[in-house]
Amino acid sequence: MRKELIVLEEIFHEGGPRAAVPLRRAAAITVIHNPFAGTYVPEIAGFMDDLKPFGLQMARRLIGALGGDTGAIEGYGKGAIVGASGEIEHGALWHVPGGYAMREMLGNAKAIVPSAKKVGGPGTRLDVPITHINASYVRSHFDAMEVGLADAPRNDEMVLVLVMTTGPRVHARVGGLKASEIEGKDGLR
Amino acid sequence: MNIRKIVTFVEETRLEMGHVVDPAARRAATVAVIENPFAGVFVEDLTELVSMGEELGSLLSERTVRALGVPPNAVESYGKAAAVGENGELEHAAALLHPKFGAPVRKLLGKAAAIIPSSKKRGGLGVALDIPLGHKAAAFVRSHFDGMEVRVNDAPRANEIMVALAFTTSGRPLPRVGGLTKQEIKGDDGLR
Repeated sequence: MRKELIVLEEIFHEGGPRAAVPLRRAAAITVIHNPFAGTYVPEIAGFMDDLKPFGLQMARRLIGALGGDTGAIEGYGKGAIVGASGEIEHGALWHVPGGYAMREMLGNAKAIVPSAKKVGGPGTRLDVPITHINASYVRSHFDAMEVGLADAPRNDEMVLVLVMTTGPRVHARVGGLKASEIEGKDGLR
Repeated sequence: MNIRKIVTFVEETRLEMGHVVDPAARRAATVAVIENPFAGVFVEDLTELVSMGEELGSLLSERTVRALGVPPNAVESYGKAAAVGENGELEHAAALLHPKFGAPVRKLLGKAAAIIPSSKKRGGLGVALDIPLGHKAAAFVRSHFDGMEVRVNDAPRANEIMVALAFTTSGRPLPRVGGLTKQEIKGDDGLR
Protein backbone atom coordinates (compact mmCIF):
# COMPACT_ATOMS: atom_id res chain seq x y z
CA MET A 1 0.00 0.00 0.00
CA ARG A 2 1.35 3.43 -0.92
CA LYS A 3 -1.30 5.74 0.45
CA GLU A 4 -4.79 6.08 1.82
CA LEU A 5 -7.39 8.82 1.54
CA ILE A 6 -10.63 9.23 3.45
CA VAL A 7 -13.17 11.71 2.08
CA LEU A 8 -16.13 12.72 4.22
CA GLU A 9 -18.97 14.88 2.88
CA GLU A 10 -21.60 16.44 5.10
CA ILE A 11 -24.49 17.84 3.06
CA PHE A 12 -26.85 20.31 4.72
CA HIS A 13 -28.98 21.26 1.72
CA GLU A 14 -28.85 21.66 -2.04
CA GLY A 15 -30.83 24.84 -2.48
CA GLY A 16 -33.93 23.48 -0.72
CA PRO A 17 -34.91 23.12 2.94
CA ARG A 18 -32.05 22.49 5.35
CA ALA A 19 -31.98 18.78 6.36
CA ALA A 20 -32.85 18.05 10.00
CA VAL A 21 -30.04 15.49 9.94
CA PRO A 22 -27.38 16.27 7.35
CA LEU A 23 -26.61 13.54 4.80
CA ARG A 24 -23.13 12.13 5.29
CA ARG A 25 -21.19 10.29 2.61
CA ALA A 26 -17.71 8.88 2.99
CA ALA A 27 -15.20 7.23 0.66
CA ALA A 28 -12.18 5.15 1.62
CA ILE A 29 -9.53 5.10 -1.09
CA THR A 30 -6.43 2.90 -0.99
CA VAL A 31 -3.56 2.97 -3.49
CA ILE A 32 -1.78 -0.36 -3.87
CA HIS A 33 0.82 -1.89 -6.17
CA ASN A 34 -0.67 -3.94 -9.01
CA PRO A 35 1.34 -7.18 -9.01
CA PHE A 36 0.14 -8.02 -12.55
CA ALA A 37 1.13 -4.71 -14.18
CA GLY A 38 3.00 -4.96 -17.47
CA THR A 39 2.28 -8.58 -18.40
CA TYR A 40 -0.72 -10.75 -19.13
CA VAL A 41 -1.10 -13.20 -16.25
CA PRO A 42 -3.72 -15.89 -16.90
CA GLU A 43 -4.41 -16.86 -13.28
CA ILE A 44 -5.16 -13.85 -11.12
CA ALA A 45 -8.08 -14.89 -8.93
CA GLY A 46 -5.87 -15.79 -5.96
CA PHE A 47 -5.13 -12.09 -5.45
CA MET A 48 -8.69 -11.62 -4.16
CA ASP A 49 -7.56 -13.23 -0.90
CA ASP A 50 -4.75 -10.67 -0.60
CA LEU A 51 -7.31 -7.88 -1.02
CA LYS A 52 -9.60 -9.09 1.76
CA PRO A 53 -7.77 -7.33 4.62
CA PHE A 54 -7.93 -4.04 2.68
CA GLY A 55 -11.68 -4.45 2.25
CA LEU A 56 -12.22 -5.04 5.95
CA GLN A 57 -9.95 -2.21 7.04
CA MET A 58 -11.53 0.26 4.60
CA ALA A 59 -15.06 -0.74 5.64
CA ARG A 60 -14.09 -0.29 9.29
CA ARG A 61 -12.64 3.13 8.58
CA LEU A 62 -15.75 4.23 6.71
CA ILE A 63 -18.02 3.22 9.56
CA GLY A 64 -15.72 5.15 11.90
CA ALA A 65 -15.73 8.23 9.65
CA LEU A 66 -19.53 8.16 9.61
CA GLY A 67 -19.81 8.09 13.40
CA GLY A 68 -19.14 4.47 14.35
CA ASP A 69 -22.72 3.16 14.29
CA THR A 70 -23.27 0.46 11.64
CA GLY A 71 -27.03 0.95 12.06
CA ALA A 72 -26.68 4.45 10.59
CA ILE A 73 -25.29 3.21 7.25
CA GLU A 74 -27.98 3.10 4.54
CA GLY A 75 -26.16 3.17 1.20
CA TYR A 76 -22.98 1.74 -0.30
CA GLY A 77 -20.92 1.34 -3.45
CA LYS A 78 -17.47 0.36 -4.63
CA GLY A 79 -15.03 0.94 -7.44
CA ALA A 80 -11.50 0.63 -8.75
CA ILE A 81 -9.15 2.55 -11.02
CA VAL A 82 -6.41 0.46 -12.62
CA GLY A 83 -3.16 2.17 -13.71
CA ALA A 84 -2.15 2.15 -17.38
CA SER A 85 0.04 -0.98 -17.24
CA GLY A 86 -2.85 -3.05 -15.91
CA GLU A 87 -6.10 -4.48 -17.23
CA ILE A 88 -9.70 -3.72 -16.37
CA GLU A 89 -9.86 -7.38 -15.26
CA HIS A 90 -7.49 -6.52 -12.41
CA GLY A 91 -10.07 -4.03 -11.18
CA ALA A 92 -12.67 -6.81 -11.22
CA LEU A 93 -10.64 -8.55 -8.49
CA TRP A 94 -12.06 -5.95 -6.09
CA HIS A 95 -15.71 -7.05 -6.44
CA VAL A 96 -15.58 -9.92 -3.98
CA PRO A 97 -13.23 -8.65 -1.24
CA GLY A 98 -14.62 -5.10 -1.37
CA GLY A 99 -18.27 -6.05 -1.53
CA TYR A 100 -18.30 -8.83 1.01
CA ALA A 101 -16.26 -6.84 3.52
CA MET A 102 -18.93 -4.13 3.62
CA ARG A 103 -21.87 -6.56 3.64
CA GLU A 104 -20.31 -8.53 6.46
CA MET A 105 -19.53 -5.50 8.59
CA LEU A 106 -23.02 -4.09 8.05
CA GLY A 107 -24.71 -7.23 9.38
CA ASN A 108 -25.11 -9.15 6.12
CA ALA A 109 -26.58 -6.34 4.06
CA LYS A 110 -28.75 -7.90 1.36
CA ALA A 111 -28.37 -5.79 -1.77
CA ILE A 112 -25.65 -6.24 -4.37
CA VAL A 113 -22.97 -3.57 -3.96
CA PRO A 114 -23.07 -1.42 -7.12
CA SER A 115 -19.71 -0.78 -8.72
CA ALA A 116 -17.76 1.07 -11.39
CA LYS A 117 -14.23 0.59 -12.62
CA LYS A 118 -11.91 1.92 -15.28
CA VAL A 119 -8.31 2.10 -16.43
CA GLY A 120 -6.81 5.55 -16.00
CA GLY A 121 -3.82 7.71 -15.13
CA PRO A 122 -3.02 9.89 -12.11
CA GLY A 123 -5.89 12.26 -11.34
CA THR A 124 -8.53 10.07 -12.97
CA ARG A 125 -11.93 10.64 -11.38
CA LEU A 126 -14.33 7.77 -10.76
CA ASP A 127 -18.07 8.10 -10.18
CA VAL A 128 -18.79 5.40 -7.62
CA PRO A 129 -22.47 4.35 -7.79
CA ILE A 130 -24.44 4.08 -4.56
CA THR A 131 -27.62 2.15 -3.71
CA HIS A 132 -29.50 1.13 -0.55
CA ILE A 133 -27.72 -1.64 1.38
CA ASN A 134 -30.79 -3.88 1.70
CA ALA A 135 -32.85 -3.23 -1.43
CA SER A 136 -31.37 -2.17 -4.76
CA TYR A 137 -34.60 -0.55 -5.97
CA VAL A 138 -34.95 2.06 -3.23
CA ARG A 139 -35.08 5.14 -5.44
CA SER A 140 -34.25 7.75 -2.79
CA HIS A 141 -30.84 6.15 -2.24
CA PHE A 142 -29.64 6.01 -5.87
CA ASP A 143 -26.63 8.27 -5.77
CA ALA A 144 -22.96 8.46 -6.76
CA MET A 145 -19.81 9.94 -5.26
CA GLU A 146 -16.97 11.24 -7.39
CA VAL A 147 -13.52 10.37 -6.08
CA GLY A 148 -9.93 10.57 -7.26
CA LEU A 149 -6.36 11.36 -6.26
CA ALA A 150 -4.04 13.82 -8.00
CA ASP A 151 -1.08 11.41 -7.91
CA ALA A 152 -2.69 8.00 -8.47
CA PRO A 153 -2.90 5.51 -9.99
CA ARG A 154 0.61 5.36 -11.39
CA ASN A 155 1.21 2.81 -14.19
CA ASP A 156 1.76 -0.11 -11.86
CA GLU A 157 -0.85 0.75 -9.24
CA MET A 158 -4.53 0.20 -8.50
CA VAL A 159 -6.86 2.50 -6.61
CA LEU A 160 -9.45 0.64 -4.53
CA VAL A 161 -12.57 2.50 -3.39
CA LEU A 162 -15.42 1.80 -0.96
CA VAL A 163 -18.24 4.29 -0.29
CA MET A 164 -20.93 4.42 2.40
CA THR A 165 -23.73 6.92 3.07
CA THR A 166 -26.14 7.61 5.93
CA GLY A 167 -29.31 8.26 3.99
CA PRO A 168 -31.22 9.32 0.88
CA ARG A 169 -30.26 12.20 -1.44
CA VAL A 170 -30.70 15.38 0.53
CA HIS A 171 -33.83 16.52 -1.33
CA ALA A 172 -35.05 13.09 -2.58
CA ARG A 173 -38.56 13.47 -4.07
CA VAL A 174 -38.96 11.42 -7.23
CA GLY A 175 -41.08 8.60 -5.79
CA GLY A 176 -40.41 4.89 -6.28
CA LEU A 177 -39.77 2.27 -3.62
CA LYS A 178 -39.19 3.86 -0.21
CA ALA A 179 -36.74 2.63 2.42
CA SER A 180 -39.75 2.17 4.74
CA GLU A 181 -41.32 -0.26 2.23
CA ILE A 182 -38.37 -2.70 1.96
CA GLU A 183 -39.46 -6.33 2.20
CA GLY A 184 -35.87 -7.47 2.59
CA LYS A 185 -36.15 -10.93 1.05
CA ASP A 186 -34.18 -10.72 -2.15
CA GLY A 187 -31.92 -7.68 -1.83
CA LEU A 188 -33.92 -5.98 -4.57
CA ARG A 189 -37.17 -4.70 -2.96
CA MET B 1 -23.72 32.04 7.00
CA ASN B 2 -25.42 29.54 4.68
CA ILE B 3 -23.22 26.42 4.48
CA ARG B 4 -24.42 23.89 1.92
CA LYS B 5 -21.86 21.21 2.55
CA ILE B 6 -18.60 20.42 4.31
CA VAL B 7 -16.10 17.95 2.85
CA THR B 8 -13.11 16.54 4.72
CA PHE B 9 -10.11 14.77 3.19
CA VAL B 10 -7.55 12.77 5.20
CA GLU B 11 -4.50 11.51 3.32
CA GLU B 12 -1.84 9.16 4.61
CA THR B 13 1.27 8.38 2.55
CA ARG B 14 3.13 5.25 3.62
CA LEU B 15 5.40 4.58 0.64
CA GLU B 16 7.13 6.92 -1.78
CA MET B 17 9.14 5.45 -4.66
CA GLY B 18 9.38 2.18 -2.79
CA HIS B 19 10.71 3.75 0.42
CA VAL B 20 8.72 3.35 3.60
CA VAL B 21 7.60 6.68 5.03
CA ASP B 22 7.80 6.23 8.80
CA PRO B 23 5.92 7.79 10.44
CA ALA B 24 3.47 8.04 7.55
CA ALA B 25 3.02 11.55 6.09
CA ARG B 26 -0.47 12.63 7.12
CA ARG B 27 -2.44 15.65 6.00
CA ALA B 28 -6.06 16.70 6.06
CA ALA B 29 -8.16 19.37 4.42
CA THR B 30 -11.66 20.62 5.13
CA VAL B 31 -13.71 22.47 2.54
CA ALA B 32 -16.86 24.46 3.31
CA VAL B 33 -19.20 25.32 0.44
CA ILE B 34 -21.07 28.52 1.31
CA GLU B 35 -23.52 30.84 -0.36
CA ASN B 36 -21.90 34.04 -1.64
CA PRO B 37 -24.06 36.87 -0.26
CA PHE B 38 -22.64 39.26 -2.90
CA ALA B 39 -23.00 37.06 -6.00
CA GLY B 40 -23.98 39.00 -9.09
CA VAL B 41 -23.67 42.50 -7.66
CA PHE B 42 -20.79 44.83 -6.91
CA VAL B 43 -20.77 45.64 -3.20
CA GLU B 44 -18.16 48.03 -1.89
CA ASP B 45 -18.19 46.97 1.76
CA LEU B 46 -17.17 43.34 2.25
CA THR B 47 -17.41 43.29 6.05
CA GLU B 48 -19.98 40.51 6.04
CA LEU B 49 -17.54 38.19 4.25
CA VAL B 50 -14.75 39.20 6.63
CA SER B 51 -16.88 38.07 9.59
CA MET B 52 -17.76 34.85 7.81
CA GLY B 53 -14.03 34.30 7.33
CA GLU B 54 -13.47 34.48 11.06
CA GLU B 55 -16.23 31.95 11.69
CA LEU B 56 -14.83 29.66 9.01
CA GLY B 57 -11.30 29.90 10.42
CA SER B 58 -12.63 28.52 13.66
CA LEU B 59 -14.93 25.87 12.18
CA LEU B 60 -12.48 24.56 9.58
CA SER B 61 -9.49 24.42 11.94
CA GLU B 62 -11.46 22.46 14.56
CA ARG B 63 -12.74 20.02 11.96
CA THR B 64 -9.35 19.53 10.34
CA VAL B 65 -7.59 18.82 13.64
CA ARG B 66 -10.36 16.37 14.54
CA ALA B 67 -9.97 14.66 11.15
CA LEU B 68 -6.25 14.15 11.81
CA GLY B 69 -7.01 12.79 15.26
CA VAL B 70 -4.08 14.59 16.91
CA PRO B 71 -3.77 17.32 19.55
CA PRO B 72 -3.75 20.80 17.92
CA ASN B 73 -0.10 21.42 18.80
CA ALA B 74 0.92 18.35 16.76
CA VAL B 75 -0.04 20.15 13.54
CA GLU B 76 3.16 21.17 11.74
CA SER B 77 2.13 22.95 8.56
CA TYR B 78 -0.89 24.70 7.19
CA GLY B 79 -2.41 26.44 4.19
CA LYS B 80 -5.70 27.90 2.98
CA ALA B 81 -7.47 28.50 -0.32
CA ALA B 82 -10.77 29.61 -1.81
CA ALA B 83 -12.57 29.23 -5.12
CA VAL B 84 -15.27 31.73 -6.00
CA GLY B 85 -18.16 30.68 -8.25
CA GLU B 86 -18.64 32.50 -11.54
CA ASN B 87 -21.00 35.18 -10.19
CA GLY B 88 -18.50 36.33 -7.56
CA GLU B 89 -15.31 38.35 -7.41
CA LEU B 90 -11.81 37.29 -6.50
CA GLU B 91 -12.00 40.00 -3.86
CA HIS B 92 -14.72 37.97 -2.10
CA ALA B 93 -12.16 35.19 -1.58
CA ALA B 94 -9.71 37.76 -0.26
CA ALA B 95 -12.27 39.06 2.25
CA LEU B 96 -12.90 35.55 3.54
CA LEU B 97 -9.27 34.45 3.73
CA HIS B 98 -7.14 37.39 4.74
CA PRO B 99 -8.42 39.82 7.38
CA LYS B 100 -9.78 37.53 10.14
CA PHE B 101 -9.53 33.89 9.02
CA GLY B 102 -6.09 33.25 10.51
CA ALA B 103 -6.55 34.36 14.13
CA PRO B 104 -8.78 31.46 15.27
CA VAL B 105 -6.53 29.02 13.39
CA ARG B 106 -3.43 30.27 15.24
CA LYS B 107 -5.25 30.37 18.54
CA LEU B 108 -6.19 26.72 18.20
CA LEU B 109 -2.77 25.49 17.07
CA GLY B 110 -0.50 27.56 19.32
CA LYS B 111 3.02 28.68 18.30
CA ALA B 112 1.83 29.45 14.77
CA ALA B 113 3.62 32.68 13.91
CA ALA B 114 4.19 31.97 10.22
CA ILE B 115 2.04 33.39 7.47
CA ILE B 116 -0.65 30.96 6.35
CA PRO B 117 0.13 30.46 2.66
CA SER B 118 -2.89 30.87 0.41
CA SER B 119 -4.22 30.59 -3.11
CA LYS B 120 -7.45 31.71 -4.67
CA LYS B 121 -9.21 31.50 -7.99
CA ARG B 122 -12.55 31.79 -9.70
CA GLY B 123 -13.93 28.60 -11.18
CA GLY B 124 -16.80 26.31 -11.97
CA LEU B 125 -18.01 23.02 -10.53
CA GLY B 126 -15.22 20.57 -9.76
CA VAL B 127 -12.44 23.13 -10.04
CA ALA B 128 -9.21 21.92 -8.40
CA LEU B 129 -7.85 23.95 -5.49
CA ASP B 130 -4.13 23.56 -4.87
CA ILE B 131 -3.75 24.57 -1.23
CA PRO B 132 -0.17 25.75 -0.60
CA LEU B 133 1.42 24.46 2.60
CA GLY B 134 4.10 25.92 4.86
CA HIS B 135 5.40 25.31 8.39
CA LYS B 136 3.22 27.02 11.01
CA ALA B 137 6.11 28.41 13.07
CA ALA B 138 8.66 29.36 10.40
CA ALA B 139 7.80 30.02 6.77
CA PHE B 140 11.30 29.12 5.57
CA VAL B 141 11.31 25.48 6.71
CA ARG B 142 12.00 23.87 3.35
CA SER B 143 10.87 20.32 4.20
CA HIS B 144 7.32 21.59 4.71
CA PHE B 145 6.81 23.49 1.43
CA ASP B 146 4.08 21.47 -0.22
CA GLY B 147 0.63 21.63 -1.76
CA MET B 148 -2.55 19.60 -1.47
CA GLU B 149 -5.07 19.31 -4.25
CA VAL B 150 -8.74 19.12 -3.31
CA ARG B 151 -11.91 19.32 -5.34
CA VAL B 152 -15.62 18.90 -4.82
CA ASN B 153 -17.40 17.81 -7.98
CA ASP B 154 -20.60 19.85 -7.39
CA ALA B 155 -18.99 23.08 -6.17
CA PRO B 156 -18.69 25.98 -6.44
CA ARG B 157 -21.99 26.73 -8.11
CA ALA B 158 -22.26 30.22 -9.61
CA ASN B 159 -23.45 31.82 -6.37
CA GLU B 160 -21.17 29.89 -4.04
CA ILE B 161 -17.66 30.05 -2.62
CA MET B 162 -15.58 27.11 -1.44
CA VAL B 163 -13.18 27.81 1.38
CA ALA B 164 -10.48 25.28 2.28
CA LEU B 165 -8.01 24.80 5.11
CA ALA B 166 -5.29 22.13 5.20
CA PHE B 167 -3.12 20.88 8.07
CA THR B 168 -0.32 18.30 8.13
CA THR B 169 1.54 16.51 10.89
CA SER B 170 4.75 16.35 8.84
CA GLY B 171 6.44 17.79 5.79
CA ARG B 172 6.83 16.06 2.44
CA PRO B 173 7.18 12.25 2.61
CA LEU B 174 10.96 12.05 2.00
CA PRO B 175 12.40 15.61 2.26
CA ARG B 176 16.02 15.89 1.17
CA VAL B 177 16.64 19.21 -0.55
CA GLY B 178 18.24 20.94 2.42
CA GLY B 179 17.35 24.40 3.68
CA LEU B 180 16.14 25.35 7.15
CA THR B 181 15.03 22.28 9.13
CA LYS B 182 12.27 22.24 11.72
CA GLN B 183 14.84 21.52 14.44
CA GLU B 184 16.52 24.85 13.64
CA ILE B 185 13.40 27.00 14.05
CA LYS B 186 13.95 30.02 16.30
CA GLY B 187 10.30 31.01 16.15
CA ASP B 188 10.73 34.73 16.79
CA ASP B 189 9.49 36.18 13.54
CA GLY B 190 7.44 33.45 11.84
CA LEU B 191 10.08 33.24 9.13
CA ARG B 192 13.02 31.24 10.56
